[in-house]
Amino acid sequence: MNLKRIRAIAKKEFKHLFRDIRMLLILLLFPVFLLGIFGYAVNFDVHHIKIVVYDEENSMISKEFINSLTKSTYFDLVGYINNDSQIREILDEKKAQGIVVISKSFSKDFYSKQEAKIQFLIDGVDGNTANIIQFYSTAATQSLNAKLTTEVLSRVGTKSFMPIDLRPIFWFNPDLKSTRFFIPGLIAMILIITAAVSVSLSLVREKERGTIEQINVSSIKSSELLIGKTLPYVLLALVNAAMILIAGYILFDVVVKGSYPLLFLSTLIFLIASTSIGILVSVVSDSQQVAFSIATMVTMLPSFILSGFVFPIESMPAIIQVITNITPAKFFINVLRAIVLRGVGVFAIWDQLLYLILYASILLGAAILIYNKKEAKN
Amino acid sequence: MNSIEVKNLTKKFGDFVSVDNISFNVKQAEIFGFLGANGAGKSTTIRMLCGILEPTFGDAVVGGCSVAKNPDSVKQNIGYMSQRFSLYNDLAVGENLDFFGGVYGLSNQKLNERKKWVLKIANLEGKENLLTGSLPGGIKQRLALGAAVIHQPDIVFLDEPTSGVDPISRRNFWELINELSSEGTTVFVTTHYLEEAEFCNNIILIDAGRLIAEGNPKQLKTDYLKNSIYEIESDRVIEALELLEKQNFVVETSIFGNNIHISVEEKFNDLSRINKLCEEGGITIKRINKIVPTLEDVFIHLLGNEKIL
Ligand SMILES: Nc1ncnc2c1ncn2[C@@H]1O[C@H](COP(=O)(O)OP(=O)(O)O)[C@@H](O)[C@H]1O
Ligand SMILES: [Mg+2]
Repeated sequence: MNLKRIRAIAKKEFKHLFRDIRMLLILLLFPVFLLGIFGYAVNFDVHHIKIVVYDEENSMISKEFINSLTKSTYFDLVGYINNDSQIREILDEKKAQGIVVISKSFSKDFYSKQEAKIQFLIDGVDGNTANIIQFYSTAATQSLNAKLTTEVLSRVGTKSFMPIDLRPIFWFNPDLKSTRFFIPGLIAMILIITAAVSVSLSLVREKERGTIEQINVSSIKSSELLIGKTLPYVLLALVNAAMILIAGYILFDVVVKGSYPLLFLSTLIFLIASTSIGILVSVVSDSQQVAFSIATMVTMLPSFILSGFVFPIESMPAIIQVITNITPAKFFINVLRAIVLRGVGVFAIWDQLLYLILYASILLGAAILIYNKKEAKN
Repeated sequence: MNSIEVKNLTKKFGDFVSVDNISFNVKQAEIFGFLGANGAGKSTTIRMLCGILEPTFGDAVVGGCSVAKNPDSVKQNIGYMSQRFSLYNDLAVGENLDFFGGVYGLSNQKLNERKKWVLKIANLEGKENLLTGSLPGGIKQRLALGAAVIHQPDIVFLDEPTSGVDPISRRNFWELINELSSEGTTVFVTTHYLEEAEFCNNIILIDAGRLIAEGNPKQLKTDYLKNSIYEIESDRVIEALELLEKQNFVVETSIFGNNIHISVEEKFNDLSRINKLCEEGGITIKRINKIVPTLEDVFIHLLGNEKIL
């Protein structure tokens, strides 16, 4: 291992990077841009759902119930109706996404300890939003239930009781901020794609231009070449990671709870694992186009589907759970959730880091083996 | 003393034999020309001699090291300028030299010294900051040669270094090659241009991976060509060629600009017969004389007209 040669390669790679400022800006800003796009796209929070109320009773309790719905930012009351026939029109013309129907017997049922029924008519075209409306309205109904039950029933001398305590749900994630939970997955996915793609392209470019031959004929070792070539991209990706975290803080209020040095170290290890994918891809592809397609394919899909980013791994079939180990993103997401969201120390994540190191070693070993074989044969 | 000794060197790609059992020696400090048509196997041979391609069979000792057994040691003694321009067009001249100097592990002092030398031979003194891609072809080639020998190797391999370059730049490039050789560097060079072959101390010619001829330019002309060559200048070149081709005393014909070269058996000396034939065919012959064969005549003889380099 000769540091001079590694430095020469790395320096040259930096020169390429800085010569093409536009490309450099893309490399730096694209991840932040992706974070913004994905961040908002996977934002499952729904606010300001427009509702219309059809209050057949107009009693104190029905009013209080409507108030409890509309005082949150989840629902905006856009109007009242007073007969059935308007319901269809309102949903069809999308004047509101939901209609609350309170029956004539609402208070009577309530005081007689029968089930007091409230009907929610939801525009189900956007299944996801509809689900959320249902979720929120149930929550609102139940918390009102709890309050009324406590007050009313205690006045008549019966033992008060709380039907369902909803607080735990809100406690864990007070605003139901799904974005916060998805940020680690996003970071992992963006970093693995950019690192693998940039490294594989830069290596294959040398093959395409024929400059790799000029390098091979010097007595440089393949390990020196690989380290020199990947170093600049690992540094670039670290800058990317920092920028994503800053953007995550500004856009989505994500604060790193744990230790920064540990976060840095884990990110570095993850990037080495990610670039080793890029290196392996470059060894088997002869053109930048091929390298680009393979690198995006093998990083994007698994880090999206199999990493636990979107779909929880525990609920996958056993065989798929085994396959999820092919993406280092899975382990880095665990690490990030631990460090960023929960703020735990190295003891909770060392096994994940160890796996990442093992992963990188296997891929790099394979890449060097194939490279040395192919190089001499062609 | 031999710089390079090649024995039964063979390369197969699958079933295809690209280099077929060739053997030759290259003496120290000589300019060794390696000739052959496109696809003859020149680059494949050079890549094996540089230690970047494994021979299927046979071996070569380059600068004292075996390319089959010890390719990495071979690399330490050689410079290589590949057929494709392999400096970085998006880097400045100086940055390219820094890079190759660094890859060869030169010390800073040595690197500065050698950079000065390369800039001088490439006519780029004071222009280190120019973008390499913006340089004219001839200068690029000289710069590439400079980069290939920045570590002062004993042997340098040049794969078609002058292809696609204008004649004046080509002449300058050959002066550089002469300079290297006079300083003791062995120069192994492949070329397309037969007039360049005349500048070489020794030549080998390969065809379809097989060695066809070897020797110095003079030997090649006498050893491989027993026929006599006549150069004929006439007003109607094509007709004259077609007419003479049909005669059984003519062995080979070829066109050289406005002239025809015909090769005839050594005994033949009846020039009036040619004159008479042409007159009958309505062709005026302006000049006809026996010439010393050029290398091109030799290669046409060895390879046939259609394969000429
Ligand atoms: N890596 C390779 N795989 C398969 N065939 C090859 C390879 N390299 C060269 N060849 C073939 O070997 C022959 C000789 O090629 P080459 O040495 O490049 O010829 P030259 O340099 O004399 O033009 C050609 O027919 C070429 O197609
Ligand atoms: Mg060639």
